[in-house]
Amino acid sequence: MSGGAAGFHRRCRALLRKELRQMLRDRTTLAVGLLLPLVLILLFGYGLSFDVKDAPIAVVLEDTSPTARDVTAGLAGSPYLAPVWTPWMHDAVARMRRGEVAAIVRVPQDFSRALAGGGARVQLLLNGADPTTASALEWYVGGAIGTWAAHRAGRAAGKEAAGGIVQVEPRTWFNEANTSTWYLVPGLLVLVLTLVGAFLTSLLIAREWERGTLESLFVTPVRPAEIVLCKLAPFLLIGAIDIVMCLLAARFLFHVPMHGSLAVILLSAMLYLAVSLLLGLAISGITRNQFKASQVALLASFMPAMMLSGFVFDLRNVPVIVQVVSQLLPATHFMALVKTLFLAGDNWRLIARECAILLLYVGVLFTVTCRTLRKRLD
Amino acid sequence: MTGAAIVATGLCRAFPAPGGTAVQAVADLSFRTRSGDLVALVGPDGAGKTTLLRMLAGLLRPDAGSLSVLGIDVAADPQAVQDRISYMPQRFGLYEDLSVAENLDLYADLHGVPTEVRRERFASLLAMTDLARFTARPAGQLSGGMKQKLGLACTLVRSPALLLLDEPSVGVDPLSRRDLWRIIDRLVRDEALSVVVSTAYMDEAQRCAHVLVLHEGRLLAQGTPAELRARAAGCTFTAVPPPGMAARALQARLIDARDLIVDAVPKGGAVRFISVPGADAASLRPLLDDAVVTVRQEELEDAFMMLLRERQRERGAVPSAQVRERPAGNDDEAPVIVVRDLVRRFGDFTAVASTSFDVRRGEIFGLLGPNGAGKTTTFRMLCGLLPASSGHLEVAGLDLRRARAEARARIGYVAQKFALYGNLTVRENLQFFGGAYGLRGTTLRARIDATLAQFGLDPAARSGELPGGFKQRLAMAAGLLHEPEILFLDEPTSGIDPLARRDFWRTITALAARGVTIVVTTHFMEEAEYCDRIAIQDAGRMLALGTPRQVREQAAQDGGAAVDDMDSAFIAIVERGRRAAGMEAAA
Repeated sequence: MSGGAAGFHRRCRALLRKELRQMLRDRTTLAVGLLLPLVLILLFGYGLSFDVKDAPIAVVLEDTSPTARDVTAGLAGSPYLAPVWTPWMHDAVARMRRGEVAAIVRVPQDFSRALAGGGARVQLLLNGADPTTASALEWYVGGAIGTWAAHRAGRAAGKEAAGGIVQVEPRTWFNEANTSTWYLVPGLLVLVLTLVGAFLTSLLIAREWERGTLESLFVTPVRPAEIVLCKLAPFLLIGAIDIVMCLLAARFLFHVPMHGSLAVILLSAMLYLAVSLLLGLAISGITRNQFKASQVALLASFMPAMMLSGFVFDLRNVPVIVQVVSQLLPATHFMALVKTLFLAGDNWRLIARECAILLLYVGVLFTVTCRTLRKRLD
Repeated sequence: MTGAAIVATGLCRAFPAPGGTAVQAVADLSFRTRSGDLVALVGPDGAGKTTLLRMLAGLLRPDAGSLSVLGIDVAADPQAVQDRISYMPQRFGLYEDLSVAENLDLYADLHGVPTEVRRERFASLLAMTDLARFTARPAGQLSGGMKQKLGLACTLVRSPALLLLDEPSVGVDPLSRRDLWRIIDRLVRDEALSVVVSTAYMDEAQRCAHVLVLHEGRLLAQGTPAELRARAAGCTFTAVPPPGMAARALQARLIDARDLIVDAVPKGGAVRFISVPGADAASLRPLLDDAVVTVRQEELEDAFMMLLRERQRERGAVPSAQVRERPAGNDDEAPVIVVRDLVRRFGDFTAVASTSFDVRRGEIFGLLGPNGAGKTTTFRMLCGLLPASSGHLEVAGLDLRRARAEARARIGYVAQKFALYGNLTVRENLQFFGGAYGLRGTTLRARIDATLAQFGLDPAARSGELPGGFKQRLAMAAGLLHEPEILFLDEPTSGIDPLARRDFWRTITALAARGVTIVVTTHFMEEAEYCDRIAIQDAGRMLALGTPRQVREQAAQDGGAAVDDMDSAFIAIVERGRRAAGMEAAA
């Protein structure tokens, strides 16, 4: 009566209905599952950026000649810089100390004379407390002044000499604009799926242990694998909505290009979602305690995914031991996959390898979770 | 019908204990039950009842021995057993966010109950449990008794070959308890079910065909209720104290004479006691004084208490709590607790409606009521833990609205749950709580030493590893350190075994005799007999107030017949109260 495919279908239908109802009636679950990703998308997309825009800089014009004014005029046209002009160096230094400006461009008194002599120099003072901004400013200010110098040289030498000037035009591949949003948003997909997976499912089995519902469930003809499958399914649905949300935001809100095929992106995202949900379930089944489960889930999945998956730090620059650890994280593999798919295109060898690794995780975690639900209380 | 439902041989099961040792939950248990029988597992908490039931359900593997359920070896094929039994754990796993109907459907689906069978089955289950009106309500919003009935209904969505029930009536008020047993009785009669039910209530075991008495994992005795009862034959008496003497005082004297008396409890103004077998009348005489002693019919409870005492004697007596009695103060003193028109509302829900009563010095005052009656709310207001919505409340001569902190220094409070620090030693806990009440230096040390001696506690023991009865003593000790005038006890005896309960009440009566006022809530109705006066609450309203005798008489007036036990009195009063409330609502 209880065996066979008919029993399996009937029980799964009953369990699935139960899990769906519980999920839909739990507002916290829905908030974590659907609102949190939205907040993360907006936060990471708009709030968190490694780019420098409208950086305040002080321009000290100790030389008041038109040439000196001309050299700094280019700075005002840059979208990255917001210059403030001042004739006194001490004023600029005071502003820097107060944190009002991130850099000082100083045009010395003898600038025009030195320029005529062929050896003009402009001083650039950077605030090293924020190295990311400092190096970006160095790049922008240097670029702006360099451009001016090149133009001037071109004008002065006339048409015939123009060919003699070599200009370095920097260009970045795969992220042509070199905007960090392009690189953050695909990573965001990894974070959202990790967070949502771990938080939603890490409570599921532990809650049933705490409320004593598992004891009643165990003495029914239900099989452990059925419980796991039915706990997984409703959250795959929520996760799928999150994936679509992330992809839509990437495409239409942040205009991140998608060089790889959409189908592969979707497929691999679903695969990683399953890994993430199963990791939460396994933690839940092992700890049997909601508080412990959520703590462990945070420490074991979200934090490493944030720190070690290559989201923030380039993994090639970290010590070997950290590289080894990061390779053990499913997030690292999905991160590599998703960045390649978004920014480089379909690399079938990489896709096959990383998907196989994710599939292996699904298998292992599913087995572990089933074992935590062996119908025993000891 | 005459085959064996369960055959157990040499069953053992141990669990690791916090101290690194092992607790033998079930030790060398051998028994067999016939199919179609209603079997009771009786024993105090920690006797191994739940462990045994879980082994029967295939949820725990025995360490040693063999166990066959319905002819199947449970250890070898637990799923085969689980496919044929129904099991209701002590806390049945209802999904609180699912409605009554959804819970029933879930379990029916999981058990594969066909739709056509289901309709009829659900109708009869809902009728039996009186839940038909609440099918759409989430299980989390049912009362304790209703949850338990729904749990039973979910367990019974199909007809199992064997039904296992783990303390179905624990924490359930007498009304719901009666309903539960009506359902079980009907199933055994109509469907010839084999049932194993564990219980701490002897009157429930009395209804069963076969009784297994467990204690600390061992089988102390088994047989039909009549066979077990026969063990106490000729040793059971009732003593009516002479006028002017409280039943409680006689009970205290009897239970202190451990060589002669097995057990003594106050009941209906008299004292029921069991003498040690072979104790001659001459040696009992000085104890009984002028009391009128009559022989009474032995009961299962008597046999059970005899078994427990024998076991306790074999293992050597435990130190009992010693409280010196001092003459109580004058009865005409002003009351120490005055409650006038006390009301507490939570939103638009009235938890306590216009309640008034007084408690005198040295009195034991009991607050009784079904789950959700408002006793905990009343209790918390008395302790100053919860402000009243309106009304006047005076504790130890202080108005609780103004001088809450001062009033608190003069009261002691023992919470329902063990509210001490489990990983501190007994002495460390007492030091902390003494300090919290403002005791210091030599005063604190002297008080701790006195309390340790008084309660027979080992100061170096880890509090969390104490047995239940000793945890209870420690909680009391902590509540009494600052020598409060009034002691509040919230469900103090739930979860401790009958012997520990006797010890506990002996301490309480002695404290009252010293002039400490005691306010206690309990769901053991027979414990109301220790109280000087009791109040019965239901749905926030005070239904009865008076001495246990007055309350019984009030119940009898209405029922017509004489009511001599508190359980029946309680049921009669609550039911009448609800009828009256219903009529009011209708009018």
